[in-house]
Amino acid sequence: MAVLADKIKKIYNFFHDAAPKWKAGAVVFLLVALELAFLKFHDSRFIWVTVYGLVTVSLLFVLIANFAKRTFGMFVFILPALAIFATFYIYPFFKVLQLSHNAWDGIAPTMDFIGLGNFKEIMQDKIWWGAMRNAGYITLIALTFQNILALSLAMACDRQIKAKNMYRVIFFIPPVLSEVVVGLIWRWIYDGDYGLLNYALASMGFKDLVHNWLSDPKTALTCVAIIHCWKGFGWGFMILLAGLQTIPKELYEAARVDGANVWQTFKNVTIPLMIPVFVLVAILTILGTMQVFVLILSMTGGGPGYHTEVPVTRILASMQGSSMFGYACAQGITFGFILMLVSFAQIGLSRKLKQA
Amino acid sequence: MKINKYVITTAATNSFVHAFLIIVSATCIFPLLWMLGSSLKTQSTVFSDMSLFPSTMQWKNYLVAWTEGGFGVYFLNSVFYTVTVVFGIIMVSSWAAYAFSRMNFPGKNIFFFMFLGAMMIPLPGAFVPLYVLVNNARNFLLNGLAAATPVLLRVLPDAFVYGSVRFIEEQLFPRSAYILCMINVGLSLSIYMLKTFFDKMPKELEDAARIDGCSRMGIWRHVALPLAKPAIAVITIYNALNVWNEYILANLILPSKSLMPLQRGLMVFQGEHVTQYPLLMAGMTITVLPILIIYLAMQRFIIKGITAGAVVG
Repeated sequence: MAVLADKIKKIYNFFHDAAPKWKAGAVVFLLVALELAFLKFHDSRFIWVTVYGLVTVSLLFVLIANFAKRTFGMFVFILPALAIFATFYIYPFFKVLQLSHNAWDGIAPTMDFIGLGNFKEIMQDKIWWGAMRNAGYITLIALTFQNILALSLAMACDRQIKAKNMYRVIFFIPPVLSEVVVGLIWRWIYDGDYGLLNYALASMGFKDLVHNWLSDPKTALTCVAIIHCWKGFGWGFMILLAGLQTIPKELYEAARVDGANVWQTFKNVTIPLMIPVFVLVAILTILGTMQVFVLILSMTGGGPGYHTEVPVTRILASMQGSSMFGYACAQGITFGFILMLVSFAQIGLSRKLKQA
Repeated sequence: MKINKYVITTAATNSFVHAFLIIVSATCIFPLLWMLGSSLKTQSTVFSDMSLFPSTMQWKNYLVAWTEGGFGVYFLNSVFYTVTVVFGIIMVSSWAAYAFSRMNFPGKNIFFFMFLGAMMIPLPGAFVPLYVLVNNARNFLLNGLAAATPVLLRVLPDAFVYGSVRFIEEQLFPRSAYILCMINVGLSLSIYMLKTFFDKMPKELEDAARIDGCSRMGIWRHVALPLAKPAIAVITIYNALNVWNEYILANLILPSKSLMPLQRGLMVFQGEHVTQYPLLMAGMTITVLPILIIYLAMQRFIIKGITAGAVVG
């Protein structure tokens, strides 16, 4: 027994001490191998027995390693989290892989294996890529308009002014509200016949501007994007303000003594010191905005036509609307993959910026 | 104070800055006031009366909305889900975060990276498998219950057996499935936030407790948890907001109307052609009010927590 424990300890240490790039490579290799094996042996039960067996064995392996190292008392602390994680991530992960290669309506006891058919269909799905473009458009507006607004508000609140705290409290009210509520209020304000916006425009004399904001394909997406910014700028504001407050005041004084004007101070003191915070805010904005959907469901429901559809509403539509569960899974994988690429690109970019 | 150029420019910029801040604040608050004001109008005046607050307040809209929308049940459901999920997340994540921060054991790094990676997976992409998972679990449970019922009927009274089987089927299972799902949604971020907090905490107090003979669980309970109160306040509020405002997952997982959270009540007032705006707005005010009050009461913690988190990140 002691010999076995020793062996397991040794194997464990070998994996533990491997370089990060080998670990990442191993993960990618395993995923590709799994995909290929699944494409080849999809109709045999054997593959799923192997996969879930391997997962169980590796969990058992970690357990035994903990017993061998006499650290089980510590391992207990993460057991509940691990149990929830295994149920809601590991099982769904393999389930998504399986379903995305099948045509399935969600009810039938059997599924049709269609290989990569779902993914091929996604490649030709114009509505899906249109939805992707819409999400990109909203993200672009959020990145520029929302973050510039948040930054200017944060810089305004960073000064020695009165009622600073009151502003902070107020700016964080929209993020607190539920997206359903926000969407419903603004849908009414934008409404073509009874909306407040049209009423205000008409009474101020801008009769030409009055129109049906959310049913016009030209304005619908921008209107939704603006409300998304309205709801989200509080987060950026809060984080940027926190970042601004960590900049030592001496630096500003030194800049002023050297004769720098406001713009030069901003360019040469504030921006270089704020780059890590900018990166954080950008990552949060992109990940948050790409996944927006409740707001859209409650404001436009994706219409007019498909002009305000985003990927997540498409996934929900394939699932609940047309009962194509396999297709929805494939869409989910595509979407997750794209988000992951974006995140990796951002992490790489932020590393470069930090080195510069 | 001598009036010179510096004083004047400062005053001028400050009033300019205040004007800017006030305008943005107004856009933040105005929709809420509009919602509140409209909830006090009648269906006939709501489109013609454009004043913010009507001259005659229809307070009974709230009563009608509460009864017609069935808010009594939904409200209790929302409170129940929020409390249980937040409590569950605090327990599970503080255990895990404490272990990740203070202890060293096989599997620690790999599991921590798995939790971090889980933060990147978009929840909507996992809708289908979650739905399938819950359905499979329900079938599994129903089969088990069907197999167990004849055996149980021999030893226990009929009414009790059928009653408890129905209770498990209709109440216990869907509710706990939804609660576990929501715990899972908030878990990764909470673990990450708490871990960064524990990492910054001094170790000396825990060492002292250990020398005094405190067990690991005792140290977590009596030393680490009380010290982490600010971080726990943040994850409490963050997750409470999340659960209170959640609707899509509930719609997907919960089988019957009587299990739904508050947001469901709002759907009642949106007919095919006519939306009863005053009632809808009253319902929305009921939905928003609790979370707004909690936010205003605890805003100090939220702002501090976000500030601390941002500086760490």
